[in-house]
Amino acid sequence: MAVMTLVQAVNDGLRQEMARDESVMVLGEDVGRLGGVFRATEGLHEEFGPDRCVDTPLAEAGIVGTAIGLALAGWRPVCEMQYEAFSYPALDQVLSHLSRYRWRSGGAIEMPVVIRMPYGGGVRAPELHEDSPEAFYAHAPGIKVAMPSSPADAKGLVAAAVRDPDPVVVLEPKALYRASSGPVPDGEHVVELGRAVVTRHGTDATVISYGAMLPVATAAAERLSERGEAEVEVLDLRTLTPLDEEAVLDSVAKTGRAVIVHEAPRTAGFGAEVAALLAEHGILDLRAPVRRVTGFDVPYPYWSLEDSYIPSAERVLRALEEVLRF
Amino acid sequence: MDPKAIANEPVQARQRLPEPPEDLRALYRSMVRLRTYDDRSVVYHRQGRIGTYAIFWGHEALQAGAVHALEPGDWIFPSYRESAIGLIREMPAATAFAWWRGHPEGWWDPREWRIASIAVPVGSHVPHAAGMAWGLKLRDEPSCVLAFFGDGATSTGAFHEGMTFAAAKRVPAVFLCNNNSWAISTPTSAQSGTERLVDKAVGYGMEGVRIDGADALVVRDAVRDATARARAGEGPQFIEAVTYRAAPHATADDPSRYMDPAQLRAARERECIGRFESRLRQLDVLSDEGIGHVRDDALVEMEAGIAAAESLPEPDPRQIFDTTYSLPPRALRRDRDSTLEP
Repeated sequence: MAVMTLVQAVNDGLRQEMARDESVMVLGEDVGRLGGVFRATEGLHEEFGPDRCVDTPLAEAGIVGTAIGLALAGWRPVCEMQYEAFSYPALDQVLSHLSRYRWRSGGAIEMPVVIRMPYGGGVRAPELHEDSPEAFYAHAPGIKVAMPSSPADAKGLVAAAVRDPDPVVVLEPKALYRASSGPVPDGEHVVELGRAVVTRHGTDATVISYGAMLPVATAAAERLSERGEAEVEVLDLRTLTPLDEEAVLDSVAKTGRAVIVHEAPRTAGFGAEVAALLAEHGILDLRAPVRRVTGFDVPYPYWSLEDSYIPSAERVLRALEEVLRF
Repeated sequence: MDPKAIANEPVQARQRLPEPPEDLRALYRSMVRLRTYDDRSVVYHRQGRIGTYAIFWGHEALQAGAVHALEPGDWIFPSYRESAIGLIREMPAATAFAWWRGHPEGWWDPREWRIASIAVPVGSHVPHAAGMAWGLKLRDEPSCVLAFFGDGATSTGAFHEGMTFAAAKRVPAVFLCNNNSWAISTPTSAQSGTERLVDKAVGYGMEGVRIDGADALVVRDAVRDATARARAGEGPQFIEAVTYRAAPHATADDPSRYMDPAQLRAARERECIGRFESRLRQLDVLSDEGIGHVRDDALVEMEAGIAAAESLPEPDPRQIFDTTYSLPPRALRRDRDSTLEP
């Protein structure tokens, strides 16, 4: 296994899929000769040519809109949105067409389109470069949402997204693009969509999280363990839709306590869906109320204040202490 | 002729070699079938047999003329105004009626007819057409793409982005704008600062022509020229076909609130099928008897079509759950099972 950063692993996953299937093409702004502003597509232009790693006009609705036509023509387009908030102009195409084409054709037409985007804060960037829009996509019927937190999962989820017959949005934690590095399986590596993973085993409470919040959740769990107070399980959802309900319910059945952590604003965030799942199907296992540690219901703040906005290990720790003391 | 030279003037009927009469009759038949479909749909709506219906009365020359210029392998991207465009490719009328009856049988497999699903949000399918044309070009396929949309669509961002992509990638697509003067109640003058929508093509680096959209042969020839250029690698083409929407936008619309009745009357008198009929009579291609046959056949076809649509089996509620994903997620399966087998 090679050790890679998360963004290198994304690149490795794209290369693996483009080499495997000639109908896979990458399109986006500056993804060609530049290799993308984060270098996620570095080298693909040289290796696969300008027709399969395509610099597009600066028009996100055009990228996703033409990807729909390309998919109808038998291609498997992988669209890069340069930053998550730049995907908002493309939401019309996602909600009005991409998510509905299979349904609209009575199940006849597949839309194997991937939309990848870096998401999340912590990188001292200007406005609209640091959002966490996963709930917008998770709420769209017909769209699957994957959010890796490790290099190995980044490669495997990108590969699974490309192979999936349905449209998949992959939100990649930009704060971890280079901060996270780890072993990545050589050769063919696919992580099945819809499978969560326990990244830290515990017995007293479960922190349910995904993407950039995994290191934060894990740090809080480690601190409680160091203090000898509790052993907290950390569950990485990896895919929001389809949600691995069993993994959530199984872990909470064991621990009886749940804290959900995400960077996106609280109201109607994905944490609400997980909390509702526990309320509907796991309430008899709960020994304390479910707590959410999230971003606040405001636009992502000026970056001089972002450290007060992004959920910290301290905030997760306080929530854990509350559910453990309940 | 240099297309740029005619970009700002409506293309007039050109001098033609004698046309094969069967081609002219086939085009006429397509127009009458579309007209009959449209007339009957308004009646069927009033009878409660179809839902809200978007009328295309007066646009038959544009729709039929354009499709008669295509090759069978070419793709069509319709808006809701072209809901019955499949008829010209011999799609059963029942399928088109089923769409307006909200029955799943109305949602065809686009690959079967090379006709994309009807795009309801105005202009939103323009990038799909660009993408399809791009995809065909990447595979060196000789086919071309035709997108239909109206004057209102040219105001949308999707139109702008689709046109931009098509031109940047020099794809084999023809963008056919039906400028019928009205986007529901908004006239083209309030829609755009440009009087001639064809002028927009220049900004995209695209060739464009402005034609009389009520003359079936003019439309057919313009689309034929445009597809030939697109196929020859000359990039996408834009056609502004000038028509008039001498009918309500849809069955729920009331044009008396915004349309000048005199203008409406004048437009209805200039309607395209009457014009084409008199030309074909002059050419001795069509007789009163021939016209009667075409009309009668079309009426029989539509009556049979609506009857077939009405006798389709009740849709299976499983459709709701099983067509959105390749494999419905667990929560959706749970909803399906508890709803269908309580």
